[in-house]
Amino acid sequence: MLELPTWADYLASFFIIIGASFAAVGSYGLLRLPDFMTRLHAPTKNTTLGVGGIILGSIVYFSVSDSLSLHELLIAIFLFMTAPISAHLLAKAGLHLEYKMISSTRDLREHPEDYSDKSQHTAKERDSERAD
Amino acid sequence: MLAFAVPFAFVMFSIALLMNIYRLFLGPDAADRILALDTIYINSLALLILLGIWHNSTAYFEAAVLIAMLGFIGTIAATKFLLRGDIIE
Repeated sequence: MLELPTWADYLASFFIIIGASFAAVGSYGLLRLPDFMTRLHAPTKNTTLGVGGIILGSIVYFSVSDSLSLHELLIAIFLFMTAPISAHLLAKAGLHLEYKMISSTRDLREHPEDYSDKSQHTAKERDSERAD
Repeated sequence: MLAFAVPFAFVMFSIALLMNIYRLFLGPDAADRILALDTIYINSLALLILLGIWHNSTAYFEAAVLIAMLGFIGTIAATKFLLRGDIIE
């Protein structure tokens, strides 16, 4: 590693530490959350904020120590484009294979009326009806 | 400060990878294992970029791009297999 000017040193370190912390938190979520649909949500922090922070730190480091370098952005753009696609397919697989869900993960296929814009309202009404 | 931040990030990503590997063995379903593999390739890609900063070399970016592309294709193929029972119909 080369010595950078103080401002660039602190800026790159800030991005790297933020990214590494988010990656650890996302993986901890993957380990601890109770069912597949909630586990699917945790590692997206890895992809967007974790890798994004590391790539921003790397852009700052290489741009200051050498010349302007933006080819790290290629990785970030590719990951940002592909992460929703793989998450969508994984969610479809989870729905298709009907994995066990915890009670607070709601399967909207059983309540198609909840897909509408008034979903909050209808869900509340249904709950009150159930309470009666 | 970078002399502290980069080793700190190495440690955090190693802990993240260990937790992912634990989830990979724990399962309990096939989709969980695919999700763990997906997270593993993303974490190792970030580790490669960090290694590039540590060695002050840009040679690792091409490897990171390759991992990103092939990992995405692997995830899609495995999920397609779960969904359809077949990869290329």
